[in-house]
Amino acid sequence: MNPFRYERASDVASACASAARPAAKFIAGGTNLVDLMKLQIEAPAQLVDITRLRLDRIEETADGGLRIGALVSNSAAAADMRVRRRYPLLAQAILAGASTQLRNKATTGGNLLQRTRCPYFYDTSKPCNKRVPGSGCAALEGLNRMNAVLGVSDNCIAAHPSDMAVAMTALEAVVETIAPNGSTRAIPIDELYRPPGDMPHIETVLEAGELIASVLLPPPPAGRQIYRKVRDRASFAFALVSVAAILDLEGERVRAARVAFGGLSYKPWRSAEAEAALVGAPATRATFDAAGAAALQNARGYGRNDFKIPLARRTLRATLTQAAGLA
Amino acid sequence: MKEFLRSMATRRWFLKTSGAATLTLASSPSMAQPAAETPPLSTEHVDLTINGRPYALDLDPRTTLLDALREHLGFTGSKKGCDQGQCGACTIIVNGQRINSCLALAVMHDGDEITTIEGLVEEGVLHPMQAAFVRHDGFQCGYCTPGQICSAVALLSESRQGWPSYATADVATAPALTDAEIAERMSGNICRCSAYPNIVAAIREVAGEGSQ
Repeated sequence: MNPFRYERASDVASACASAARPAAKFIAGGTNLVDLMKLQIEAPAQLVDITRLRLDRIEETADGGLRIGALVSNSAAAADMRVRRRYPLLAQAILAGASTQLRNKATTGGNLLQRTRCPYFYDTSKPCNKRVPGSGCAALEGLNRMNAVLGVSDNCIAAHPSDMAVAMTALEAVVETIAPNGSTRAIPIDELYRPPGDMPHIETVLEAGELIASVLLPPPPAGRQIYRKVRDRASFAFALVSVAAILDLEGERVRAARVAFGGLSYKPWRSAEAEAALVGAPATRATFDAAGAAALQNARGYGRNDFKIPLARRTLRATLTQAAGLA
Repeated sequence: MKEFLRSMATRRWFLKTSGAATLTLASSPSMAQPAAETPPLSTEHVDLTINGRPYALDLDPRTTLLDALREHLGFTGSKKGCDQGQCGACTIIVNGQRINSCLALAVMHDGDEITTIEGLVEEGVLHPMQAAFVRHDGFQCGYCTPGQICSAVALLSESRQGWPSYATADVATAPALTDAEIAERMSGNICRCSAYPNIVAAIREVAGEGSQ
C-alpha cells in the first residue's frame, strides 16, 4: 500500500474541500477501497475519512418516501423496518450482496461507488483501460463470463457489481450530493453512472470533491416488489444476472411495471423496453418472454458471457412469474 | 477442561508479552513504492478499547485493525486468511458489530470498543459459543475458528434484534434461526476443513438456549 495522508473530517464543507485536491479520496466503510489500495490499484495520496459526519440517519420525507444517509450501513438499511415494509425489494437486494461482516461496514454511498470486480481490473499484469487508461482491455478476449453484455464498449466490458443499486434503480432513487462550493445536486440514479465509451476510467458524473450525502427513495410504487439473484454459489457471490422487478396487476393485466437488471452492464440496467412490453398485456408466460426478448434485443456476448443473454431472459420470466403470483 | 483453560491462559499471557516486545519495531506494510505524490511517512495516534481494556498506539495510517491487533498488540487470536475480506478468519466485533478487521484501517477506529476471541472467555470460563464449538466439533484445523466464533456471537445479537437475511422469505418479519438462516448468516466465514454442519449445530444449540 502506498503511503497516504490521513484526515478525519469533522464537517461536510472541509471534507469536500480536502477531497477536491488531486489524488485525494473519500473513505467511509473502506471495504472496497482498502482492498484496492493493498493491491495498488488505487493509490490515493490523501484519504478523507468521512465516517464522523452525521450522514447516518434514515428519515421520512413529507411525501411518504425515505431519505437514506450516505453513511447508513448496508446492514442498517436492510434492518430498518420502514425499508423492509415499504421497499422489500431494497432490503432483499442489500441482503443478497456480500456477507454480514461486509454489510456492517459498507455504506450506502460507498456501495453506489464500488468498483467493478472484472478480473482484469484486479490483475495488474494485464491491460485494463479502467485501471490504466489507453492500455487496452484484456477481458474482450479473456475470461469474461462475469462481464457485461449491454451498454458497454470495446474499450471496457466491466459490469457494475452492486445489488443495492439495482433495486434503487427500479425504485427510481435520487442521489443527493454536495459539492466543494456548497452547491447541491439531485441526480437520478440512472444518470449517476457514465457509459464506458472511450473513457471507462471515469465511472460517474460526480465532480472532484463532490460528496454523496444521501439517497432519496420516492414513495414506493404500487405492485409487488421482488429481487432475484443468480450466482455461482448460494451466498456471498456477485451476480451473474439479477432482476429487480415491481409488478402491478389489474385483474390479469399488467397495470404498471418496473424492471432493472444487475450483472449485465456498467450500471444497473433499467429496461424501458421490457416495461413497455409488459404494460397493458396479460400477465402470462408469453408476455414475460416477450419482455425478456425486448430487454435483451441489443445485448452482445463476448464469448464466455454469451450465456448471460438467455439467462437474463429466463431470470426475468421467473421473477415476473413470482411477482404475478403464478409461481 | 481446567488444564486446557490454564494452558490457554498461559499461552495468551505469553503472546501478549511477546507482542508487547515487538511494539518498538517499526510497522512496515510492504510494497510501499515511492510515487510522485507520495506524502512523507507519518504516524497517527489511536486509542482502542480491546476486550474492556484501553490501549494507546501510534500507527502508520496504513495499518489495518487486524495488523494492529496481531502485530502491534499480540492479540493473535484473530487470523489473517485472505487479507481481502473474503474468508472471515479476521472477524472481530467492533462497537457490537462483526466486521472483517483486515479491511478496516485502525486509525479510522479511534475510540472504538473491540471484542476479539481473547475477550470472550470470562474468568477462565469459555463463552457458551466457544463451549458449543468444542462440544460439537465445530472445527478441524482451527484456523478459521476464532473468526467463526466471533461471527456466531454477533449473529445471535443480530437475530435478537430481528435482522432479516437473504434466506428470510418475508423480510418484514423477524425469522427464527433455522439451519438455512444460520448458514446464510455465516456465509462470510469460510472453513476449508468444511466443518459447516457442526458449526451450524453449535450455533443452533446456543441460539436455542438463549430463547428458553
